[in-house]
Amino acid sequence: MSGASSWSFREEDSNRIHGILVEFLREANARTGMIVDRTGQMVATVGEEPSFDPTAFASLTAADFSANDQLARMIGEPEFGSLFHQGEKESMYLADIARRVILVVLFDNRTTLGLVKLRVRQTVSELSKVFDDMFTRGGAGQVQMETGFVGEAEDELDKLFGA
Amino acid sequence: MSMINYASREINCKLVYYGPGLGGKTTNLEFVFNKVAPNARGKLISLATETERTLFFDFLPVDLGTIRGFKTRFHLYTVPGQVYYNASRKLILKGVDGVVFVADSQIERMEANIEAMQNLYDNLSQHGFNITALPFVVQYNKRDLPNAATIEELQAALNPGWPVEDPARQRLIADPYHEGENLIQEVGGQWIERAPYFEGVAVTGDGVFDTLKAVSKMVLKSLGST
Repeated sequence: MSGASSWSFREEDSNRIHGILVEFLREANARTGMIVDRTGQMVATVGEEPSFDPTAFASLTAADFSANDQLARMIGEPEFGSLFHQGEKESMYLADIARRVILVVLFDNRTTLGLVKLRVRQTVSELSKVFDDMFTRGGAGQVQMETGFVGEAEDELDKLFGA
Repeated sequence: MSMINYASREINCKLVYYGPGLGGKTTNLEFVFNKVAPNARGKLISLATETERTLFFDFLPVDLGTIRGFKTRFHLYTVPGQVYYNASRKLILKGVDGVVFVADSQIERMEANIEAMQNLYDNLSQHGFNITALPFVVQYNKRDLPNAATIEELQAALNPGWPVEDPARQRLIADPYHEGENLIQEVGGQWIERAPYFEGVAVTGDGVFDTLKAVSKMVLKSLGST
């Protein structure tokens, strides 16, 4: 049913993404790098652990990016490949990766927007390769939970919402 | 598009509450937020106007706990019901795993219900989804109101059934939630399937968990073999 468009994320994918982001944070002198998928789910967080609720953050990030995508179309652009939100001390930079996920960079005045933008460009192309590999690899049967998972999950649902 | 993260051992599923404006979608989420143990849910995020009408969406993550080593979580979203927010509605449907249609039972809202249902079909098909192939349940909300239409009228207008083409599925399936009714049955030589439906009074919480539990189970089933 939903399997056709589902995707899975393996240990080795995580390691590759982690490696790329660690290198990026070091070069850009940014605080935190996150990968959020377009449906609003957090995929990875590297660097300083954020103090906010990552789940809520991810859903708002995806909504932010999607809303801006539509705005781009209205002014005749296919998309905005990146977004920048400037705060007094903390800022964030968001960049599209392979049209499927979003790179979110949190940074403060220890670095500059120029440096972040410069380093993001290289990072986006490296991450795009990783995600392209992941999405082309995923096929039918990839996302299939082991036997017994559904039964146990249903028991948990009954506990949570009352049988 | 449920995401299974084998690295962090997480499964996230996206459920969307759809329906006409002021039908009770946000109220459903608020009830879940207030009744589920705080350690099993996150914050309720509402992007609403000053008059508390949903502008973009409401969002509530609910944790099911760790199942077979996988942290399993449902992300509950509502869409704005008002007609002119269609661009936002379409965005929220991206990557949806299951849909709850919250209908307003009041007879005066019948047309708004039908319009919202049509809008759901249209928006899903633009994402390449077919509602008949997705986990999908209907909640008839506001059953306590004196001007509520009958369930028969609502079912006929909003959940009349779709043809079952797959011969393997052309067999009688009883509705586990309503005695004497069927989810799949033959009508005049044609096999049809209806979405499970629930009666609700979201302000008091009646039917809210039943609805959520039913769609959640359907989503979990779609994830794997039993």
